[in-house]
Amino acid sequence: MPSSLLSPNPAVNPDRSATRRRKNKIQREESLGNISQQQNPPIQWKSDAQQQIYSSKLLQALRQVREGNCSPAQKSAPRRVREAADKVLAATAKGRTRWSRAMLTNRLKIKFMEKHNIAKRQQSVITAVTRGNSRSTKKSKVRILRLKTKSLPAVQRKTRVLSRLVPGCRQQPLPVVLEEATDYIAALEMQVRAMTALAELLSVSGTGSGSSSSSDGHSHPSSSHPPTN
Amino acid sequence: MSGRRSRSRQSGVSRITEDQIADLVAKLQQLIPEIRSRRSDKVSASRVLQETCNYIKNLHKEVDDLSERLSELLESSDGAQADLIRSLLV
Repeated sequence: MPSSLLSPNPAVNPDRSATRRRKNKIQREESLGNISQQQNPPIQWKSDAQQQIYSSKLLQALRQVREGNCSPAQKSAPRRVREAADKVLAATAKGRTRWSRAMLTNRLKIKFMEKHNIAKRQQSVITAVTRGNSRSTKKSKVRILRLKTKSLPAVQRKTRVLSRLVPGCRQQPLPVVLEEATDYIAALEMQVRAMTALAELLSVSGTGSGSSSSSDGHSHPSSSHPPTN
Repeated sequence: MSGRRSRSRQSGVSRITEDQIADLVAKLQQLIPEIRSRRSDKVSASRVLQETCNYIKNLHKEVDDLSERLSELLESSDGAQADLIRSLLV
């Protein structure tokens, strides 16, 4: 079929590293998003489809956590689960938001730092990956201008706290922080929903494993004793 | 999402307008359940920011609790159930 020969998307090379493949996928998806839909629509975190995507990816990651134990055994198990959940959340966001990109690069940064301990190179990597946001000098100008309208120190303080809470937004001006925060909150809510559902499933199946109950509900509860006189 | 609005990142003078910020604050206000239930339009920006910080902290804590619970469940359950769940989810 000539259309397949002329298709612009080459097949994904399997022998590329995972991070490069992810970056290629992000760039390609973003360019596709620009062409077909207007300008990178934000992820609908409330949709069930997103939650399903996240849940399946999370399950894969959790199984790796359980079996692989690839991370050094310094971290406790809940910490590993949390990191896996965050990593999958950032991956589900497809790198369209700053916080997801910051979360993804944070993992790489920590691993890199543990190996090579090069602090300065981290700064350049982070600024390069977060789309050239190296505006440390201009940030002070932005802040001074903002002081004219928001001279209340309370608002500034809370803005700073908020920018610390949302990953990747420490040096960002206020509107960027607010935008990132809205997306981040929606993503966190979805993460909570998905993990709750997963925990419920696991706990239910865990307690019901002894009686080898099937997944659909029985008409009679298995724990009730038969009525004896 | 970052390209949705006109970029206010000019070199030198920033063109962040009050309206833009108020718009974003209002949107944030809709997301936070505590403020949304109040239904008052006179919530100050400081209050919205405060509630946002609290809400994010709460969500973080919930995720931590859930991941602790999941880690315990993962250790106790065996692999067969994970496969079952995966087939249910996909």
